[in-house]
Parts: sequence; C-alpha cells; structure tokens
Amino acid sequence: MLNINNATKTFNPNSVNEVQALRGINLEVDKGDFITIIGSNGAGKSTFLNSIAGTFILSSGTISINGKDVTTWPEHKRARNLGRVFQDPLLGTCTSLTIEQNMAIALKRGKKRGLGLGVRAKDKLLFKEQLSTLGLGLENRLTDQVGLLSGGQRQALTMIMATMTSPDVLLLDEHTAALDPKTGQKILDITDTVVHRDELTTLMVTHNMNQAINMGNRLIMLHQGQIILDISGNEKKGLKVEDLLERFYTFRGENVASDRMLFS
Amino acid sequence: MISLYAFMGALEQGFAFGLMVLGVYLTFRVLDFPDLTVDGSLPLGAAVSAVAITNGYHPAIAMSMAVGAGFIAGAVTGILNTKFKILHLLASILTMISLYSINIRIMGRPNMTLLGQDTMIDQFIEFTGLAPYISTPILFAIVSIVALGALIWFLKTSFGLAVLATGDNPKMITSLGVNRDMIIIFGVGLSNAMVALSGALVAQNQGSADVNMGIGTIIAGLASVIIGETIFSTRSVTAAMISAVLGSVLYRVAIALALGMRIGDFAFTPSDLNLVTAVLVIVALVSPQIKANVLGWRLRSNA
Ligand SMILES: Nc1ncnc2c1ncn2[C@@H]1O[C@H](COP(=O)(O)OP(=O)(O)OP(=O)(O)O)[C@@H](O)[C@H]1O
Ligand SMILES: [Mg+2]
Repeated sequence: MLNINNATKTFNPNSVNEVQALRGINLEVDKGDFITIIGSNGAGKSTFLNSIAGTFILSSGTISINGKDVTTWPEHKRARNLGRVFQDPLLGTCTSLTIEQNMAIALKRGKKRGLGLGVRAKDKLLFKEQLSTLGLGLENRLTDQVGLLSGGQRQALTMIMATMTSPDVLLLDEHTAALDPKTGQKILDITDTVVHRDELTTLMVTHNMNQAINMGNRLIMLHQGQIILDISGNEKKGLKVEDLLERFYTFRGENVASDRMLFS
Repeated sequence: MISLYAFMGALEQGFAFGLMVLGVYLTFRVLDFPDLTVDGSLPLGAAVSAVAITNGYHPAIAMSMAVGAGFIAGAVTGILNTKFKILHLLASILTMISLYSINIRIMGRPNMTLLGQDTMIDQFIEFTGLAPYISTPILFAIVSIVALGALIWFLKTSFGLAVLATGDNPKMITSLGVNRDMIIIFGVGLSNAMVALSGALVAQNQGSADVNMGIGTIIAGLASVIIGETIFSTRSVTAAMISAVLGSVLYRVAIALALGMRIGDFAFTPSDLNLVTAVLVIVALVSPQIKANVLGWRLRSNA
C-alpha cells in the first residue's frame, strides 16, 4: 500500500544550519494498517509525514503509494490519494467559508473541479449525515461560517473532510494536541470509529504513549530521523508504557530517569 | 453642489470602473494577492480596444480582445509569482512597468483618439435613441451588472470554491488536491481581464486611450472596495462584491463632489485626486487600529 524506501531528508544541506531530519527510513505499510508514531521533539515525525504528503521532495530514497512511485509528485497531486489532519485546527478548514462549502471542496478531492454548482442539494444530505455521526449538532449549521466554530468542532469537521472520500492513506500529525483533553478524546474516538469503519490505512503521530499503545495495530518510534522501534500484532497488545520507555533508553544507552520529561 | 450632468457622469464612471473594482476585489480580498498589474492592464485594455476599433473591428470584438490581453497580463504576474517565486507585489510591479512599454508599442504612440470611430457607446445611443448622458450610464450599468452576476455565479461553482479557498487557506486547499499555483495564475488573469475590459469602456467613454490613464488605478480600486465595505454589507462574498460595485459608484460621486467644491480661493483639480484618494485609503486602513487604540486606552484609564 505505502512503501518507503531508504528515505532521507536533509534541510539546508552544506550550511551551518544543516539538519538531517530523516536518515534512511524504511517502512512497508499494509492496507488497513493503523500505525501510531511516537518520538521525542525533533525526532522527525512531522518531517516524515510531510515527506509522504509531498510538502517537500526527499533528499534521497523513494515513496510509493498503491504501487505508484510518487517520489517526485507535487503535494497537490499526491493529495488525491491522501487525507490529512494537521495539529493546528485552523489549518484544516477555511474560516471565511461555510461548513457546507468546506465539505463541498473536500468532496471533490481528486476529482475535476468544473463549473457545476459547488454545493449541490444532494450533497447537503450527505454532509448532514456525515456531520450527525459527530454528535456535535453541526448537521444543523451547514450554512454557518467555519470561523464561528470552536477549535474542537473545526478539528472534527476536518476529520470528516479528510476521510469523506476514503483516501488511500490518512495522515494525522498530533491532531488532538491543540485541544483540551476532553475534546481531544472526542476527536480520538471519532478517529477510531472512522478509521475502522472505512478500514483506512492510517499514520498517526502522537505524544501520548497510552494513545500510541491503545490505538492502532502497529507502533513505531522515531529517534533522530530513524525508526528505532517497530512493534505490531500481539506484542503491541501487551505493551506497557514502562516497556516503551525501557526500550527507548536501552537504545540510547542512557539512564531511564534522566530525561523522562521528554515524553511527558 | 453637483449638477445632474456631473452626477450622471459620475454614475457612468462608477460603472465603467466597477469592473476594475471587481478585479481588484478578486485579487486583494479573495486571493489575498496584492496586485499592482492593474495600473498597466487598464491602459492595456484601452489600447488594445482602441487599436482594434480603429482598424475596423466591431467594438464587441475589440472588447473581447482587451479581455484576452488583460488575462494574459495577469497570468504573467501569476506565473512570475508562483513559478519563479518572485514576491507578489514585485511580480506585479514588473508586469505593470513592462506594460507601459508594451502599451506604447500596441498603439504606436503614447495615446490614441477614438473620435469619429464607431464605439459601443455610439451603437447603444443609436439603439436606445436616448441622450448620451442617460444612455451611457445605462450601458455601463448593464455591463457591470452582467460581469457582477457572472462573477457571483463563478464563485459558487466547484472551481470558484477552490479559488475562494486558495485565498483563505492555501495549505488546506493544497492538501485537498488543488494546484494552488494554477488557481493563482488563473485568478490574477481573470482579475486583470476585468480590469482591461474596464479600460476598454473608459477609453470609449472618454474618446481616447492614453498610456498614462492607468496611474492610480489600484488606489482608486482599493478606495472603492473599502468604501463599499464600510457602507454596505460584507456578510457574504456575494454581498461584498455587490458592495464593491456600489462602492465604485459612490467613490466617483464623491470625487465629482470634491471637484465641484470651492473653499475660498481653493479648489481641487483632477491632478489632486490621487493624493486625496491615497489619504482616504490610509484613513480607512488605519481607523480600525486607531479605534482599537483609543478603546484600549479608555479601558485602561477607567480601570
Ligand atoms: N522546514 C524545515 N527547515 C529546516 N529544518 C527543519 C524544517 N522542518 C523540520 N526541521 C528540523 O528537522 C528536525 C525534525 O523536525 P520535525 O518537525 O520533523 O520533528 P517532530 O518529530 O515532528 O517534533 P515535534 O514532536 O516537536 O513535533 C528538527 O530538528 C527540525 O528543526
Ligand atoms: Mg511535529
């Protein structure tokens, strides 16, 4: 489904600001995999998701989605098969447009945008149906401007918009980090429901180890641009936070207590 | 005060420049792309249509040529910005400056008269049988309203929604599979197509095309947009665009009033207009800040 081969990314090469954000990442993702990704700040998690989405081109290595080599494809072309939710709730929707206009734009993902009416009557029914699964009452506010919604409501809407057309791969980058815990949990519940219902191949970055363990069928840990842990199946089911910390520090050859804070 | 004749003249100009104002609204407000190309594409439209009419083309054909030329000019600015990564303002200034030379090339000289030529206006006067000072504003109002309607419709289509979203949230629209560069190139092109059509109307109205007629276009356009936004509704994109055209008319009426004004020995001349307009825009741009500052100061001093 998604194959990443020896991916590297160096920002500002050959300058004092050179950063090797990805150093030879290899990952084979099967259809329907729900992978959680953890790692300390600056480990390269966002860079990894961005490189899949095509925000920039890899320094070396290849990426293929559904058998197609997309390594050199621009972001908008890859987006036909990718759904994304960003950390910042403001990034996923258009403030000045209405809920239904935003959804109409998302519904056209990967399709030709012509001179037909943008928001059609029969689409509205679909939008209402989709929104009612959120249980936030948004289905009665189709013509409200998105700028009027709260961060949590916007993020919920973005989830719907990202998954409405069943993308080949769904990329979530700390998509609940900017929300209060209760709202964050609500968005996570929605995520779990939608991903399982539509059997979406999903990569989810999180800083919360419990989330990483409880959600999905596979967990990877990034450290300094490399995958240092890849756990799936039954091994993942029995995993505890302590085990993860243990393995992380063993890898680094450091004392567990010294910088526990990294993951707090 | 202002004579009926001057008032009708202001209406005429308000509607003729209304197309230009819609173009400015499209770049500034919808695409969030400050575009100075318009100072060059307005005379471009005038020049192209004047040359075409003088060469015997039907005025309608001449005006479509102006539209095409304006689109290309805008698209060039869009390409400079998106493909060559030149800052939008600078990209548009480069196109604008180039158009100065190009417009003189097109006309073969800095200005060109349309006197004695069969223009759209003459044809319409003949068609309605009304006096020129009545029929010309009607003609321009019709053109403006048709263009306004077309633009309102366009921004409700699937493609139009993508244009709206591109100005609002480029990251989001890219992540939904839209090529932002293409939308910018098309949008700035469309804007300048309208500005050029406006230039073609203005040239026919004043009976000449002049390479300098574009100076201050952007400021006049912005002033009209701002007047429209301040006085009328901006609740939706549709309302805001109607407001922009009404703002254009109000702006021209205000200018007619200013020109008719006399304070002792002092009177405004047409060459003062750019300064007056710039001051107007500055006041409109800063007044929300001043209001906020004064309010904040009051709140603090009450606390
Ligand atoms: N556009 C960029 N230009 C230069 N350096 C960058 C850029 N983007 C990321 N980096 C660097 O690459 C490294 C990895 O950053 P990245 O954002 O991928 O980390 P992360 O794992 O997402 O961290 P966090 O948990 O803080 O979100 C960091 O050192 C960062 O400074
Ligand atoms: Mg990150």
